[in-house]
Amino acid sequence: MPARNAPMTWPRRALGVAALLACGLAAAGPGADYVALPGGRFESVLPQGNVPSATVPVDIAPFALRKTPVTAGEFLAFVQANPQWQRERVPAVFADKRYLIDWRSGTQLADPGASSRPVTNVSWFAAKAYCDSEGARLPTWLEWEYAAAADEARRDARADPQWRRRILSWYERPNAALLPDVGGAPNAYGVRDLHGTVWEWVDDFNALFIAGDSRTQGDPDTLKFCGAGAINIVDRDSYAVLMRIALLSSLGAADTTSNLGFRCARPLEGTPP
Amino acid sequence: MTTSTLSRRAALGWLAALAGTPIAAAAATPPAELPGNSIYQLRPPLTDQDGRPFELGSLRGQPVLVSMFYSSCEMVCPMIFETIHQTVQALPAPDRDRVRVLMVSFDPARDSVAVLKQTAQAHRCDSRWTLARTDEASARKLAALLGVQYRRLASGEFNHSSTIELLDADGRIAARTGTLAAVDPALLKTLRQSLAARG
Repeated sequence: MPARNAPMTWPRRALGVAALLACGLAAAGPGADYVALPGGRFESVLPQGNVPSATVPVDIAPFALRKTPVTAGEFLAFVQANPQWQRERVPAVFADKRYLIDWRSGTQLADPGASSRPVTNVSWFAAKAYCDSEGARLPTWLEWEYAAAADEARRDARADPQWRRRILSWYERPNAALLPDVGGAPNAYGVRDLHGTVWEWVDDFNALFIAGDSRTQGDPDTLKFCGAGAINIVDRDSYAVLMRIALLSSLGAADTTSNLGFRCARPLEGTPP
Repeated sequence: MTTSTLSRRAALGWLAALAGTPIAAAAATPPAELPGNSIYQLRPPLTDQDGRPFELGSLRGQPVLVSMFYSSCEMVCPMIFETIHQTVQALPAPDRDRVRVLMVSFDPARDSVAVLKQTAQAHRCDSRWTLARTDEASARKLAALLGVQYRRLASGEFNHSSTIELLDADGRIAARTGTLAAVDPALLKTLRQSLAARG
């Protein structure tokens, strides 16, 4: 009965794919809880057009997103089934020395309670391999940004200063000793923990480069780039999202950090990937 | 489609890839194990400008200049080709044949084998050069390893960073340059050292 649970405003096509998706989920087993997102017109903080200073809304295809970040327990099951991703075995080129460093061993979590917390200290390569194993992929930046624009009630809460402050207050908080378990309040799409627990890898993390200063446009610096040159941020008030972009842009694909996890996405059945 | 079948397939793929490595060099002395920080740990399905599939690891054994590009790029990409030509020319003549060049497209949708072939001819690429295409996901992975950034715009053009990496004989990144239209002395020096070390 998945269609009945979907918001009434969803287009018919999205309802259909949601139903298909739910059938797929039955076979995917536990731990792979995805929700269908309808997609549509979306205005990213990253310019999408040829003119770096102007925003062009983009069409985001319907897709499915994991409701929660991948947990340490789920990642443990993955490295048990795929020993080449255990920390003693993984080539340095795919994961740095801090990969899963908080675990007791290659196949033991830090403590039993860690199993429902988001996995962190994972590289982009490891996150991709995990999503592969789930028949999924990492979300693109646009998909992540689109999903994360929602609050509990609205699909796009970004214009609300109060909502912005709430998100920023998370960044201002000192790092908690332990990450909370996954399963925070769902947003309007039913996706949880997009804000407030961990940062998340996206598939195209190395495609988000930003010119630090708009004055570089037209400079010889732009020679480093083909096409439209470096990216400028369109909406400079979206600090919280900009911090994400800055963090992701600063990373290499083998890097790991103690507050960077991931979740997976996948196309809805019957739509192109 | 369950998680376990996918994992098994992934595991089989991995095993097959591992098994392939020693066979290739079984006749000669067994090669030393590939270093963990070698980009040849990645096994993207590559096809060259003549339509031949090949392994990234088949480049092992000599220094390789590598970069990523897309054929319809009119501004910076031709400069990458030119810069690599200049770098190779800066070597003593006998050394020029001991270097390989690998150019991988991040635009597989448009860079067919035929387009790669045209591009190779347009840029006077001789037998030292391999222009290659792979699938989109593999291009993204290779770019991540090389530190190359790219992003497709709505127009179909790309924003991308332009660097040239020098890989040592085992596929480790030995030098990198963002200098275009001129030979980077630091990269050239490392390349010379790399060749001298191999006698």
